[in-house]
Amino acid sequence: MPLPEITLAVLWLGLTAYVLFGGADFGGGAWDLLAGGAERGSRQRALVEHSIGPVWEANHVWLIFVIVLAWTGLPSVFAAVASTLYIPLTLVALGIIARGAAFAFRKASTELWQKRLFGATFAFSSVVTPFFLGAVAGAIASGRVPPGIAEGDLFTSWINPTSLISGALAVGTAAYLAAVYLIRDAQRFGAADLAEAFRRRAAATGAIVGVLSAAGLLVLRADAPRLFAELTSGAALPFLLLSVAFGIISLLLLVWGRFYLTVRATAALAVVGLLWGWGVAQYPWLLPGVSLEDAAATGTVLAASLAALAVGALLLLPSLWLLYAISQRADEQSGNGGSTGAST
Amino acid sequence: MDTQILAAVVEADLGAARAQMALSLGWHIIVACLGVGMPAITLIAEWRGHRTGSPEYQRLAWRWAKAMGVLFAVGAVSGTILSFEMGLLWPGLMGIYGEVIGLPFAMEGIAFFIEAIFLGIYLYTWDRLPPVPHMLSGVPVVVAGVASAFFVVTANAWMQQPVGFDVSNDRIVAVDPWAAMFNPATPPQTVHMILAAFMVAGFLMASVYAVALLRGRNDRYHRLGFLIPFTVAAVITPIQIGVGDWAAHFVAENQPAKLAAMEGVFDTGRGVPLHLGGVVVDDEMRYSLNIPNGLSLLAHWDPNAEITGLEEFPEEDRPPVNVVHWSFQLMVGIGFALLGLAVWQAVAWWRFRTLPRSPWFLRAAALSGVASVLALESGWVVTEVGRQPWIVYGVLRTSEAVNPAPGLVYGFVVVSVVYVVLTVATVYVMRRLARDGPESVAPQERDVTDHRAT
Ligand code: HDD
Ligand code: HEM
Ligand code: HEM
Repeated sequence: MPLPEITLAVLWLGLTAYVLFGGADFGGGAWDLLAGGAERGSRQRALVEHSIGPVWEANHVWLIFVIVLAWTGLPSVFAAVASTLYIPLTLVALGIIARGAAFAFRKASTELWQKRLFGATFAFSSVVTPFFLGAVAGAIASGRVPPGIAEGDLFTSWINPTSLISGALAVGTAAYLAAVYLIRDAQRFGAADLAEAFRRRAAATGAIVGVLSAAGLLVLRADAPRLFAELTSGAALPFLLLSVAFGIISLLLLVWGRFYLTVRATAALAVVGLLWGWGVAQYPWLLPGVSLEDAAATGTVLAASLAALAVGALLLLPSLWLLYAISQRADEQSGNGGSTGAST
Repeated sequence: MDTQILAAVVEADLGAARAQMALSLGWHIIVACLGVGMPAITLIAEWRGHRTGSPEYQRLAWRWAKAMGVLFAVGAVSGTILSFEMGLLWPGLMGIYGEVIGLPFAMEGIAFFIEAIFLGIYLYTWDRLPPVPHMLSGVPVVVAGVASAFFVVTANAWMQQPVGFDVSNDRIVAVDPWAAMFNPATPPQTVHMILAAFMVAGFLMASVYAVALLRGRNDRYHRLGFLIPFTVAAVITPIQIGVGDWAAHFVAENQPAKLAAMEGVFDTGRGVPLHLGGVVVDDEMRYSLNIPNGLSLLAHWDPNAEITGLEEFPEEDRPPVNVVHWSFQLMVGIGFALLGLAVWQAVAWWRFRTLPRSPWFLRAAALSGVASVLALESGWVVTEVGRQPWIVYGVLRTSEAVNPAPGLVYGFVVVSVVYVVLTVATVYVMRRLARDGPESVAPQERDVTDHRAT
């Protein structure tokens, strides 16, 4: 594969990782929001906090990775997207600030009112931020970001049917992934009732996400016919079918109520299918009239950056493995004694 | 008339974009300095605790690790905003030159990753790993923190000394990303910045304990909490002044308009005096204390060296003089004041093996944190405002780089409000952390247990 294609694939891999890991962290915040009053919701909140606490910062770096790779590899596209969509992107940025800071502050504070205040900020911004990210994706997918700087409409570029449905889809996906991951965490935590609660929620949000995806396709047909055609007939079709199949399998497994580790994989694959289906359907057009070839940075830059990332990956993969292994093992240990801890 | 209003609006948007960039960078840089400096200082305390078995060291290390956990999160989110803002505010820069400065940012991403991962491991394994492996897990945090400061400053250095690319028709046709990264401004700027990070972290941490000592909590815990970070910062201060001199020579050679603004020099000439204080009114330096031949001597090691004055540059190519001049004075003044403080402590230690007895020492030390932050910020104002009107020195004007979309002013207002709230909350939480009584459980463990119990 030539360098621009490799760069785009690496960028999309980063985006996938962000959706799967960072997305689930956002979803955790959504469940925090829905957990109920301080008394009743406290165990759920503890579970969410416990699950995302050690990993959310590392997960968050995927977003930075995507942004930096975008401006390095596709500078003019990055500039066009950032300048036309500066309103939703500013809101995303503010949401990220509010969420990360409030999460850290809540951990460090002891009084109930502070925990409530920071907790509410964390939870609320966890829902709002993915919505705007989804709206940005919808703007690009429906071809509403023209090339050039601030050439698109500042409002209709992201307030339109595709953006609205993809925003909703982003929130739904985040909540769905989080619920699926949390079932197993709750089990390890020794909280069978919470595991059951998240199983039911995962099934319900899974169904909602399925419906939203179908509705999304209909919207695309009217709003972005080219993308729709590619998705339903072109090279993207296998990805879409994969996504549907894994979505259904996940639902069945959830309703059946077993194999929670397998569900993690199938649910993730359903989301991956959607994401890569979009990518493949859109390729090679990034913006209207701008193909990958037009937009890609010069070869030396791509080669140097990819080489740096490859060396970085050699350092990163073992480190990431170590982090996840340590945080899971720590759980296993506290899980044994945790049955008392979690039910106090 | 209409075009005039329009021009005023565009002007206001440009001002708002600059102010927003300065606010977000100026905020992030403080937390980033703590992110670079604190892990090393914490590891020193942990290592001393391991060697001596003294519980005070261990408690200090634990306390600092806990604060680091919070600060790192705030640093990460405020840094993320910056990478958004590069595109939101300066698409004209990123759309063309994004690829030229992409390489260091890509490497910085890796460094952040390593930092985030190992900080997670370091905090979560506090009492699950034996001491030596635990301390080793902190080492990558230190290395990655310093590396990320290095990488990001190379990008800024490129904006001062843009090299390593060819342009034709507003499009980049060839790039040598390594040459861009290791541009001539990189060595002095990165070294100066990394040392500044350790100074800021050291003096800020020491200030907290200086206040406690002043309030009479004169026990071993607070004395050590003061001594470790203060010593780190004090040792670096004289080196930093030397490096600052290197940076100044660099500016004198490569950015004459900036040097002229730093010193308020308008007329080109030989044997130019050094201006202390003073304000520029109508293109003339007034009320300043002049040291004959001082500037020529300092900038070029030759009392007769020629200094280019601002008169050589057309009006529209000159940076604002007073801001740059005063910021430079402030940085240098604080640098020498901190040096004085460091010498005071060194003498007392050498002669009596204690802190200086005078309460004035502690009072000054209590201010050293704020002072070093002021030096840091004013240093950046010198660098960035002194580069104006260029965003990429001599290549691209700031006004051509800004996002032309209307309404940036509103964005600035909203972002400012968010930063005010963030500042208040951060200070509040850090104060709470500092005030809580000494505890003995691992930082993250306790949070989880606590939360479950409520
Ligand atoms: C604790 C902080 C601190 C202290 C005590 C000093 N500086 Fe500094 N200075 C910085 C922190 C800093 C900085 C914030 O880190 C800057 C901004 C950009 C950079 O690379 O470093 C800087 C920039 C900077 C520049 C501009 C470089 C450029 O535009 O490329 C010069 C000429 C100096 N410094 C010189 C000095 C001198 C002569 C000092 C002697 C007392 C000094 N600094 C103390
Ligand atoms: C690698 C690091 C940095 C990059 C890439 C960078 C980039 C920029 C950009 C794009 C602008 C807007 C254009 C302009 O007005 O010049 C700017 C302005 C500014 N930056 Fe930096 N900056 C960096 C580091 C910093 C830091 C750490 C500070 C800390 C205080 C800082 C302070 C400022 C200020 C004060 C301005 C406003 C200049 C004005 O008002 O005219 N910069 N910087
Ligand atoms: C001289 C200026 C800068 C220094 C020394 C610096 C250093 C750091 C450090 C040490 C961190 C880790 C967080 C922490 O420890 O608190 C950090 C975070 C971050 N910085 Fe900066 N930074 C600078 C300027 C910038 C600029 C100009 C940008 C973007 C354009 C930026 C983007 C980021 C991002 C995205 C993060 C978050 C990484 C994460 O999630 O861990 N920084 N910075």
